[in-house]
Amino acid sequence: MPKKKDATKIVFESEKDVPMMPMSLGSMLFNKTGSWRNIRPEIKLEECIQCGICWKFCPDMSIEIENEWPVVDYDFCKGCGICAEECPTKCIVMVEERK
Amino acid sequence: MKKVIMGNHALSYGAMLARSEVIAAYPITPQTQVVELLSEMCADGTLHAKFIKVESEHSAMAACIGASLAGARTFTATSSQGLALMHEMLHWASGGRHPVVMGNINRSMAPGWSIWTDQNDSLSQRDTGWMQFYCASNQEVLDTTIQAFKVSEALYIPSMVILDAFALSHTYEVVDVPDQAVVDRFLPKFKPYARVTPDEPHAFNGLTGPENYFELRYKLQKDMERGPALIEETGLEFERLFGRRLRLVDDYLCNDAEIILVTSGTAGYTARVAVDQMRKAGLKVGNLRMRVFRPFPFDACRRILPKAKKIAVVDRNISYGHHGMFAQEVKSALYQHAGHPPVFSFIAGLGGRDITPGTFREVVDYTKAHETPEDNILWIGVKK
Repeated sequence: MPKKKDATKIVFESEKDVPMMPMSLGSMLFNKTGSWRNIRPEIKLEECIQCGICWKFCPDMSIEIENEWPVVDYDFCKGCGICAEECPTKCIVMVEERK
Repeated sequence: MKKVIMGNHALSYGAMLARSEVIAAYPITPQTQVVELLSEMCADGTLHAKFIKVESEHSAMAACIGASLAGARTFTATSSQGLALMHEMLHWASGGRHPVVMGNINRSMAPGWSIWTDQNDSLSQRDTGWMQFYCASNQEVLDTTIQAFKVSEALYIPSMVILDAFALSHTYEVVDVPDQAVVDRFLPKFKPYARVTPDEPHAFNGLTGPENYFELRYKLQKDMERGPALIEETGLEFERLFGRRLRLVDDYLCNDAEIILVTSGTAGYTARVAVDQMRKAGLKVGNLRMRVFRPFPFDACRRILPKAKKIAVVDRNISYGHHGMFAQEVKSALYQHAGHPPVFSFIAGLGGRDITPGTFREVVDYTKAHETPEDNILWIGVKK
């Protein structure tokens, strides 16, 4: 089993514990790609028809459906804008990040 | 059942008897009849495999990797520029530990466009982490293909089964095509180490930081090092069922030889004929045909070669700015061996120029007449 050195990275103590294939090394958990984002999707829920298209199209699985409504996971969303492009009611707007 | 088939079809029959489940290939030149026959087998139901037509060799290997990760036994074939286009994916296959088996017909790299044989295509892929088997007869092509699946799937390392363009690929020979039932006994179903399945979700081949990457590569090399013993063991098991044995190297009259010719591919069989002729003329010559290039058979080389007074490596390939690649490898294998014999590096037969018994006679005459080679490369057959 992996030994967690800290709360995020999976670090193995011995090569014997490392899986033969690069699999489930937890890298996507600590690599919070949301920091790469220049524009952020904002969802106007009042215009949302709960079609699930944004959830389906998101290449990074950064849109979760919570209680039947879409919620963006800003820790991982890179701001690619695919959800906004695909949204049939155009209720997702890309807004410039101010850091 | 004995059949008269070309080398390309020996590969197809090997892949068929291995019960390949997914075959992905790009059908245009430099592709050969290997996948043509397999596509017919898939169409008429002889082989229950999914045949995926793709838009490039890069995609062919990508499809094989995906299918292997889904738990399927996978096969593809290519040649020269097609293999070069796959280069990136070759690393994905070995690094991801996907035991894909691929036939590669040794064709010279363009330009100028060439469909004739030399080994620069496969040897350019030396460091991609694939095993490489060089064949010298159509029977060997078929037998090696079946064994390659077995070795690859035991080590989770992909294999290339390599044969010379035209000299084997389009040459018809009698081949004993074994019974499916016996092959099934030799080669059970592929057991993936892990696979894509909703029952146990995993992220595969993702970002791997310095904290884990090093160990993954260490493990790949460690498993590659298990290769030589496993290849010999697999060869013995194959012999028990089929009566034919394939070894890491094929040594012929090396024990008392003063000069050992080191060869590979069909040139290795031509060298045998040349050795017979030269023995009749009183020359003590032997031939070491290298069947396996990766993992490199260090032990076999160190056991057999130091017995000779001189070693003449005949390479049908060149590493520009260095010399022949088999010569490099043989030298590196012998370097640690105190008092090893001098190694002469000959280059012959590039771009499909014929290698004949006369070529080897020329090689031996030169080697006999010189204590050490006069140059890093000794060219045989350049028109001057």
